[in-house]
Amino acid sequence: MTYPPSGTAPREPGPGRPSAPVTVPAQRRGVGAEAAARLRAAATTEPGRLQIYGAVLALLVVVFGAVTYLEIAARASSADDVVTRSQPLSADAASIYRSLADADTMAASGFLAGAQEPSEVLARYDADIEEASRLLVDAAASTDPATASHKEITTLSRLLPVYTGLVERARANNRQGLPLGGAYLRYANQKMTGELLPAAERLYTAETGRLATDSADARRFPFLSLGAGIVALGALVWMQRRNYRRTNRVFNHGLLAATAAATVVLLWLAVGHTVARAELRGAMAHGQESLDVLNKARINSLKARANENLTLVARGAVLTPDGTRDQYETDYGTGMKELGAQLEEARELADDARGSKPVKDAIDGVSTWQDRHRKARTTDDRGDYDSALQQVIGPEGSTGESFERVDDALERALAHEQDEFDTAAQDGRGALGGLPFGAAALAVLGAVAVIVGVNRRLSEYR
Amino acid sequence: MTRAKGRGTRGGLRGWGGVTGMAVACAVTASLTLLPLAHGDGTFGGQSAGHSSASTVPTVAEECEDPEASLPARDADGPNIQKIRKRGKLIAGVDQNSFQWGYRNPESRTLEGFDIDLVHAIAEDILGDRDAVIFRAIPTNQRIAALENDKVDVVVRTMTINCRRIGQVAFSTAYFQAGQQVLAPKASTIDGYNESLKGKRVCTAEGSTAYDALKEKSFGAVYEDEHDGTGQDEDLLTVPNQLDCLVRLQLGEVDAIVTDNALAAGQAAQDPAVELKGDKPFTTEYYGVAAKLGADDLVARVNHVLEDYRRGGADSPWMTSYRTWLATGLPGIPGPPAPRYRSN
Repeated sequence: MTYPPSGTAPREPGPGRPSAPVTVPAQRRGVGAEAAARLRAAATTEPGRLQIYGAVLALLVVVFGAVTYLEIAARASSADDVVTRSQPLSADAASIYRSLADADTMAASGFLAGAQEPSEVLARYDADIEEASRLLVDAAASTDPATASHKEITTLSRLLPVYTGLVERARANNRQGLPLGGAYLRYANQKMTGELLPAAERLYTAETGRLATDSADARRFPFLSLGAGIVALGALVWMQRRNYRRTNRVFNHGLLAATAAATVVLLWLAVGHTVARAELRGAMAHGQESLDVLNKARINSLKARANENLTLVARGAVLTPDGTRDQYETDYGTGMKELGAQLEEARELADDARGSKPVKDAIDGVSTWQDRHRKARTTDDRGDYDSALQQVIGPEGSTGESFERVDDALERALAHEQDEFDTAAQDGRGALGGLPFGAAALAVLGAVAVIVGVNRRLSEYR
Repeated sequence: MTRAKGRGTRGGLRGWGGVTGMAVACAVTASLTLLPLAHGDGTFGGQSAGHSSASTVPTVAEECEDPEASLPARDADGPNIQKIRKRGKLIAGVDQNSFQWGYRNPESRTLEGFDIDLVHAIAEDILGDRDAVIFRAIPTNQRIAALENDKVDVVVRTMTINCRRIGQVAFSTAYFQAGQQVLAPKASTIDGYNESLKGKRVCTAEGSTAYDALKEKSFGAVYEDEHDGTGQDEDLLTVPNQLDCLVRLQLGEVDAIVTDNALAAGQAAQDPAVELKGDKPFTTEYYGVAAKLGADDLVARVNHVLEDYRRGGADSPWMTSYRTWLATGLPGIPGPPAPRYRSN
């Protein structure tokens, strides 16, 4: 910017060249005042104005690119979190919750079978405890120690060995034929349902909440980028119109190229993010919502099964606070009611045949389960403990068989919904792929094109 | 709630009962006839049962001098016996967690023990089939409610006969003499129901005689959960079943247990590291078979069964059952307690 104050000389250097040394008097004045004065002086001439407009235009295009880069990079990183971090963590929390509930159910089933616990029940109990421990270690590693989730993980890690200790004591006593075993098993169940499962549920809720936040962050509309894009495009159009009016020339190649680049970025941005939004919303609506309901349904089926078993273990040793009904039988009833409601909800949420088929299977399984349970209760109330036991843990025609059917169906339904979630969320993340870098590169190209185009005009004044 | 009220009333009564008890007892000599009268009100049963019985407690407690005295033995039929006959099964409320008294053997999956033998004897007498029984496991604090709500015909579940309870249920003659005793680890400094309990955490079953004893005199022991009787009950010091106390004791969550020596012996048999403390029980109690208040025909019939059960000296059914289940944990009992009958 070294135009002399009254300079109209066409041979002055154009913008983008290194600044020549300023005059001595100018140096004496404040830098700001001097620049303002020169700007004022430049604005009085067409080349000066062209230079200023050119610089502003280039800046607008660069800003558009930079804002898009930053904003979409943040959206893409949230989308990436959804796919690679928060959903897996939420699924892991659900698995911890399920493993613990399953372990408690298996402990009671094995106990009911007598001194010699069935090997498959023992193996499933072991696998549950192993999975819960492994997932707790993973979850602890990927959770910030300051968060509520970390506190729950600590609680669970502390209580899990306490729980397994109680179960082992129950087994050791049961093996010796001592009634103390039943008392230990009930105490273990009290620990599980009173302390472990609530902590696991809170962990699951927190992780699911984080997933919802990440997904919402990724779906947030990129207002700044779109705004900057519209401003940049508008300025480019205005500049070309001004050009046309002054020179009667229709096209300036540089400005045209810049306009094209800005338009491409704007369209890419709008379409890319809209697709990403739609896919991510789909992942939440069709995948995660179903997953959430199905996870809760599965936990309730496990709890109901544990309570059904414990009704036979405790045989009336624990009653509801008002003393009129068996506590475990009452809890079974509550759990089954919730399970029924959740399965209905899951059926409504299931959006294709592959998704609704396993849910229907589960609903059928639950209704058979409840019929068989009623019959088993009647048998037990009649005093025929052995028959009741067979009706609950027997290999065929038992409530246990119905429970397995429900559990299998829910597992299939969960796998299907997890697939749906993964596909949609990955598509959503993919729709943003390359956008930040593409936008930045195109914006730089656009800015260069603006400068080239304006220099073409400036050169006409030389 | 009701139970707590009952306890409070009883505790208060004991305080001045010693002084005026006899005088009052004389004043209401019509005494024993009040029992059928109380029943005649027809207020027992259903949800209101607890309240009505609680309000009856003072009357009964005042004239309660000899709670062990029961109706004379008779083997005649009455409405309650006929109900059992018609059903073809005797419904007995029992424990399934009391080692050697009433417990489910995980190996054979059947209920076994001293109480169970007696139930079989009653079923054999009434129905001619010792296995015509429906066993219902009921927790300690539900023994009375189960009778009042007609869930069971009889409760044979190490149930202590006492003044408070005879206003709520009808007892047979005593079939066992027991007493409250302290159970603690062998290495413990606790040496009985005395000052050594001070500051110790003591576990009892909810609504049990042991709990009442501590309520009356605790020697500074900690024996109540913070949220007892509410939804947040911790079930740590007062638990649903006496055996839950042994779980808490083994885990170091309590220091001692107070329960019947008979039950305590069953617990000690499951854990060689604990023992009964003190030379002998600090109370004398009798176990009786309980029936619903007013089921006089059934009570008289059970007393008749007990007469046969005691008869025969060393080879009596009672002694046979004792040797099978109890002699190891509670050695040296020469025979059953003598029955006492009401004079009217």
